[in-house]
Amino acid sequence: MAEIKYTDDHEYLNIEGDVATVGITKHAQEQLGDVVFVELPDVGKTVAKGDEAAVVESVKAAAEVYAPVSGEVIEANGDLEGNPGLVNEDPEGGAWFMKIKIADKSELEGMMDADGYAKFVAEQG
Amino acid sequence: MSMNKAGRPTSAQSGQKSDHPTFTGNKALQIEEPLIFEVGETGKTGVDLPEPEPHETRLGGLERQNIGLPGLTEPEVMRHYVRISQKNFAIDAGVYPLGSCTMKHNGRLNEKMARLPGFGDVHPLQPESTVQGALELIDTLAAWLLEMTGMAGVAMSPKAGAHGEFCGMAAIKSAQIAKGDARSVVLVPESAHGTNPATAALLGYKVRDIPAREDGTVSPEAVKEALDSDVAGIMLTNPNTCGLFERDIVAIADAVHEAGAYFYCDGANFNAIVGKARPGDLGVDCMHINLHKTFSTPHGGGGPGSGPVVFSEAIAPYAPVPYVVRNGDMFSLVESVDAAEGAKPFGRQTAFHGQMGMFVRALSYMMSHGSDGMRQASEDAVLNANYIRAGLRDVMSQPFGDQVCMHEVLFDDSFLKDTGVTTLDFAKAMIDEGFHPMTMYFPLVVHGAMLIEPTESESKAALDQFIATLRDLVQGARDGDLVRFTGAPHHAPMARLDETRAAREPVLRWNPEAPAEAAE
Repeated sequence: MAEIKYTDDHEYLNIEGDVATVGITKHAQEQLGDVVFVELPDVGKTVAKGDEAAVVESVKAAAEVYAPVSGEVIEANGDLEGNPGLVNEDPEGGAWFMKIKIADKSELEGMMDADGYAKFVAEQG
Repeated sequence: MSMNKAGRPTSAQSGQKSDHPTFTGNKALQIEEPLIFEVGETGKTGVDLPEPEPHETRLGGLERQNIGLPGLTEPEVMRHYVRISQKNFAIDAGVYPLGSCTMKHNGRLNEKMARLPGFGDVHPLQPESTVQGALELIDTLAAWLLEMTGMAGVAMSPKAGAHGEFCGMAAIKSAQIAKGDARSVVLVPESAHGTNPATAALLGYKVRDIPAREDGTVSPEAVKEALDSDVAGIMLTNPNTCGLFERDIVAIADAVHEAGAYFYCDGANFNAIVGKARPGDLGVDCMHINLHKTFSTPHGGGGPGSGPVVFSEAIAPYAPVPYVVRNGDMFSLVESVDAAEGAKPFGRQTAFHGQMGMFVRALSYMMSHGSDGMRQASEDAVLNANYIRAGLRDVMSQPFGDQVCMHEVLFDDSFLKDTGVTTLDFAKAMIDEGFHPMTMYFPLVVHGAMLIEPTESESKAALDQFIATLRDLVQGARDGDLVRFTGAPHHAPMARLDETRAAREPVLRWNPEAPAEAAE
């Protein structure tokens, strides 16, 4: 069964088995505004937790998307390169950034669930 | 004898205003101007050239039959560019409070000096003996910059701020490599200009963010925590982009040096501290100086940047070529790394010697103001920013509390909460009121940031009108006059542009077959 976790850098992880589908949250895309460019990692690249894995650029700002877990990038969402606006339309669905094969599941400990993240966002104001 | 005594009417016949569109699309004497490619037609020309003699081409059949350049007569070219220039907004036209950009008045005296034939008409490949005056000017300007900053060396060639950043960081990198202590990380505070992390990345460094503390400044503790034996240096702006002086800059510099790293100061905001504080006394190792900001040379569409970099004793030997040296009464150029006696330049960054036209203007500004005048300019720049702060603090919101700012004042968008007006809408409404908007959504550490830098150029009357206008806009937002904001600008030559579509579907080239509207 899929399990969804959130980081305090506003990434989400949709975890199925040992694969995490990673993207940015609805709140993150709202803060960024209209997304105009997305740069994705190469498939096969190994990332460490906290590494810069992708770049998302909006009319207001450019931001890094960090790898929320260590592992190998096994898929990148090519749809975003031709249609970056998808990040605004369906951030936590069709606009996932990458799938990472999780190297160490213990890195998921301490991440927030949906309620925890909602509270975190509310606290940040 | 009969005379027409009626004459012409000398007053408006009725007070009625009309939104009636004009036949031409022009608005009175504001002319709608098409692209030059749409005005021009091949076959027309502004110059009378003889037909080429019969000749044999050496292009091997690669010559183009149709280059596609527009043909216009001289009056058509003149009108085209004058009409476009009339849509431009510049510091010569009105208040331009773009934060961290120091849009100050460009003195006319400086323009006159730059046009002297001995400066304006020199060529960088002229023999040294024929450009002694130009070289002396570069040397004199360098001496003024060193005096003002309390530093040991200077590179005059960098062409702008980010170019200067690259120069300084490349010198730091060379110094560390020379010591056998190459490092891989650069510390950059969150409030930095975007060019700082970009410079570090371009030189192959990893960037480590330093969070700002509650009051908007950088704490020495946060820097110490991030320092280790892999940190090459820190890139810090002072005053920072929140308009605040980094009070702990000396403690930060000490910690950085203790860790074997160097201190790059982004000098974009030097206008606040000229004659008041010297970077050399604060522990800075490198700093670029934006002549086009602090020393009033035209920029932002009006002219090229110029970003000389000053260096501490430790870094100065690694400054790039070319540079000017004085031998008695004569000046010469050191053009190659091999010719640099007693120094170890990291290389060469520019083809020639820097922005000569800007050197002349900057030195003209310095000499006409003198040390007392430049100090007063800094004081007035800070005073003007604080006058705006005091005039708006009860209706707008400051992210770090009501504290004295330097030469620019930062507001966030919390005063617009629940009004339905965004920072972008607010800025666009300023255009309708005849002001260039402030810097917005920067620095990134503040939500919906509005960064206002009036510079010392503005009179009290101009500042009062600016403050009154912003107060009226705030009142309008609170009163729910949404159309004034979300539809703004209403009176500009162009309505609000679709930035998103422009970025997602850029049309980069005029194409006569497929006009931009149809290029989906």
